Amino acid sequence: MSWISWMLPPGASTFAGDIDRIYYVILVITGIAFVVVEVGLVWFLIKYRARPGRTVIYTHGNNTAEVIWTSITAVTVVILGLMSAGIWNRIKGRDSVPANAMAIRVNVKQFEWNFVYPGPDGRFDTPDDFTRRNQLHLPVNQAVVVELMSEDVIHSFNIPAFRIKQDAVPGMHIRAWFQPTVTGEYELGCAELCGLGHYRMRAVVTVHSLEEYQRWLGEQSPTVASK
Amino acid sequence: MATIAPPVEPAVHALVDDRTFLRKYIFSTDHKIIGIQFLLMSLIFLLIGGILAMMMRWQLGFPGRPMPGGGLLPETMASGAVILPEFYASLVTMHGTFMVFFAIMPLLVGVFGNYLIPLKIGAPDMAFPRLNMASFWLAVPAGLLMIAGFFVEGGHAAAGWTGYAPLSANPEYTGVSAGQQLWCLSLIILGLSSILGAVNYISTVINLRAPGMTWFRMPLSIWSLFITAILVLLAMPILSGALIMLLFDQSLGTHFFLPADGGQPILWQHLFWFFGHPEVYILILPAMGMVSDIISNGARKPIFGYHSMVFAIMSIGFLGWVVWGHHMFQSGMNPTLGTTFMVSTMLISVPSAIKVFNWLGTLWGGSIKFTVPMLHACAFVAMFVIGGLSGVFMASPPLDMYIHDTYFIVAHLHYVLFGGSLFAIFGAITFWYPKMFGRMMSPRLGKLHFFLTFVFYNLVFFPMHQLGLQGHMRRIYDPSTYEFMKPLAGLNRFITISAFLLFASQLLFLVNFIGSWFRGRKAEPNPWDDTGLEWTTPSPPPHGNWAVTPRVYHPPYEFGSGRTAEDFLPQDRKLDTPPAPARAPASR
Amino acid sequence: MAHAMTHASVMEPSPEAEPGAGVYNEKLGMWIFLLSEIMFFTALIGSYIILRFAHPEAWAAPGKVLNIPVTAVNTFLLICSSVSMVKAYASIADGNQKMLRLWLVLTVLMGATFVGIQAYEYYHLIEKAFVPSAGLYGSTFYTMTGFHGFHVTMGVICMSFVTWKAFRGRYTAADHRGVEVIGLYWHFVDLVWIILFTIVYLI
Repeated sequence: MSWISWMLPPGASTFAGDIDRIYYVILVITGIAFVVVEVGLVWFLIKYRARPGRTVIYTHGNNTAEVIWTSITAVTVVILGLMSAGIWNRIKGRDSVPANAMAIRVNVKQFEWNFVYPGPDGRFDTPDDFTRRNQLHLPVNQAVVVELMSEDVIHSFNIPAFRIKQDAVPGMHIRAWFQPTVTGEYELGCAELCGLGHYRMRAVVTVHSLEEYQRWLGEQSPTVASK
Repeated sequence: MATIAPPVEPAVHALVDDRTFLRKYIFSTDHKIIGIQFLLMSLIFLLIGGILAMMMRWQLGFPGRPMPGGGLLPETMASGAVILPEFYASLVTMHGTFMVFFAIMPLLVGVFGNYLIPLKIGAPDMAFPRLNMASFWLAVPAGLLMIAGFFVEGGHAAAGWTGYAPLSANPEYTGVSAGQQLWCLSLIILGLSSILGAVNYISTVINLRAPGMTWFRMPLSIWSLFITAILVLLAMPILSGALIMLLFDQSLGTHFFLPADGGQPILWQHLFWFFGHPEVYILILPAMGMVSDIISNGARKPIFGYHSMVFAIMSIGFLGWVVWGHHMFQSGMNPTLGTTFMVSTMLISVPSAIKVFNWLGTLWGGSIKFTVPMLHACAFVAMFVIGGLSGVFMASPPLDMYIHDTYFIVAHLHYVLFGGSLFAIFGAITFWYPKMFGRMMSPRLGKLHFFLTFVFYNLVFFPMHQLGLQGHMRRIYDPSTYEFMKPLAGLNRFITISAFLLFASQLLFLVNFIGSWFRGRKAEPNPWDDTGLEWTTPSPPPHGNWAVTPRVYHPPYEFGSGRTAEDFLPQDRKLDTPPAPARAPASR
Repeated sequence: MAHAMTHASVMEPSPEAEPGAGVYNEKLGMWIFLLSEIMFFTALIGSYIILRFAHPEAWAAPGKVLNIPVTAVNTFLLICSSVSMVKAYASIADGNQKMLRLWLVLTVLMGATFVGIQAYEYYHLIEKAFVPSAGLYGSTFYTMTGFHGFHVTMGVICMSFVTWKAFRGRYTAADHRGVEVIGLYWHFVDLVWIILFTIVYLI
């Protein structure tokens, strides 16, 4: 019943859990604030509606109340901020890319994703590199770092199941990392308006077990035309 | 060498009005007429923006199905009455553009800034009435240019209301050439109109307050319009600069935002959002101010925490300048910068929270009258809270990774701009209509419009939170392209149908607005028993507003003090008795 | 408007109103407008700084492409026009109509000459194929100096209008608001040029 659900769809990467946890913490805190304020509002509207003979409480305010509700709000948001900062640094910080991350180049353009693999020699710009269009194959439990390069406009590399999103900006080489934890098929969808084909800029992400991934790798050959 | 004004006899102004029809109603320098001109213009653009949204919603609810009336559209926009992807991108762009720049902003700033400022501070008009007229008559061609974009070859701008480069900078990427240039040009002209307006508002509030109208006796509507005008003054020029650079990239071969030769696409985002974030506070602060006026009036007691409210308005205005990067967390900007923007963004929720608590405090212990303006003002509080709370999610950069560019953002922005600003606007129009037109709007139609709008509005926008949480991206012409969005088709259809009903409900407002102009009950000078200065002059006020300049003796919002026979004390009512002690623990 | 100022001096704030900025409306308005102009030029100049720091190699050495000597003279001319503007204001403050007119005419002439020399510069640069599309250097140069030139041109037009009014005797020692207000704008435009000349031509 996703139309009323506040639950997130299942995550399938290492930091999905961290991100989802922040979400649920914020959900609970804002949920409490929501209930307190809205119930308070409705209660006041009912309790203090005009009735014959009613007199108002003539007051201009209360400094103590101001201090209390300001402090609570400020402390709460500061805590939420601190919680987020650590996770942000681990995901997108300067030294966040794991040392063992496997690199894949992503050449992005209107309206397709071209994934360049370094091939068996593990190095780019060698004859055994190969490219797959709109298909990203990955081994499970292996950190991946994508190197995003756009040829034309800004696109956004977005795999909701992995909770990863990173804009690809022409003129910049941007790296983003993630580590899938569950085998299966997922979708990658461009998340920045990039022209009339933006809606169909989709790629399929297949996470294999290690054996299957090796088998798939072996099937790719430098001489096979990009598909 | 400022001279302090000695107490003087109130100036007696001759109120002879011998202007021609043209000078009185078309090329008028009277702030009240200009305010009404902005009102009529903005309501037309609100309608246009709504129609564009209905077309978007048709495509999202019934992707690829022929749209009723679609046959009227040219082949460049719809094929066989089915909306084309390129036209969808324009729809998305132009809905946002018209709503932000030609509906909400002029409704709040052009209409109520113009109408209320002189009246509520006791001035005969703005400081620069002819400049005021220029402001309006610059906005008109800006609007016409923006409409013209639909009729040029290549169609209208299609890079989103945010116009990100390089998509917006090179016609090859969208197929749109003249349309995008018209978009830039129109907004540059509108920017000039707004800046000149801001000069007027700021000068007027500083220099033209009537004797006794000290800064801390100004109503919150004026405080918020004043701070908003400062934001307009300082933010719009940034946009103008950015648009000029974009226009040059499009037409002169410059490379500000195009990466070949060293241009930087992210520079556009920095410039746009440095303007854009203050802009969204421009779109909410006047609404907050007017809601304060209306809630205090409706609850029949002073606003709770007036000084805190002023402080909150100033804080929002100030902090609004240092949060812009939260629109750019995923942009490729240095992540450390992202952390600093997270801090400022979390902090800016504090003054908004202060305001919400103070509105609740105002209702507490009141004697609440559910007039139509009061209904809208209370709905504002309820909806703004939702919009504000949803903002907390996106203030966290890692969580924003998931939420960015999804419908969760669309839900957030509509809760603050529609649930917030537009409800406040409906309430404010109803509240000040009698002063503007000398007639009351129909309460029955008003209440019916309110309830239907409230219900359908929530049915449209609340489920968008869910869409976003399931990963539904923004600006997607056909969601069924993605497997993970296919299950959301039913929800999209539900939203679409609710949207049609929401749009249809606005007919009630239209009928009420136009009908009351001719057939509404004639309004007395102070139909809401309010304390503001505008209610001490006839409805509508004459040119020059008062025969005798008002003299102010009291703070605003003196309801329920017991010092008068009625339950309110107009700001200009001279009393011989000193203030009575408050009946509950109170502090200013 | 049917509300003539009834107080002693029109160049003092109105004693009818609550104390405000301590200056008359038009002066306050011009200061406020100039704040918006500061933001406008900040957007252009700020972008230039960002782009230049990122790609310094896109800029030629000072003087290689742009004509510093001629522009230096032009800068001096603009500064002189600010001096003549000050003289004009001082003249009318003393009630001297004749000198007001003289100094205003000089200001207009120097301002117009400044624009003329800029245009002449542009013509030569374009002939040398230094155009707006000539990379970041051309993009930023033409945008910044072009909009400054546009502002000077607007200033010259308004100044001409003020000069015309001066010849009609519309300014007095008691009321020369228009002279002071256009003077403020003029000095601002001059100040922006000094900044631009330094960072665009000399660095």
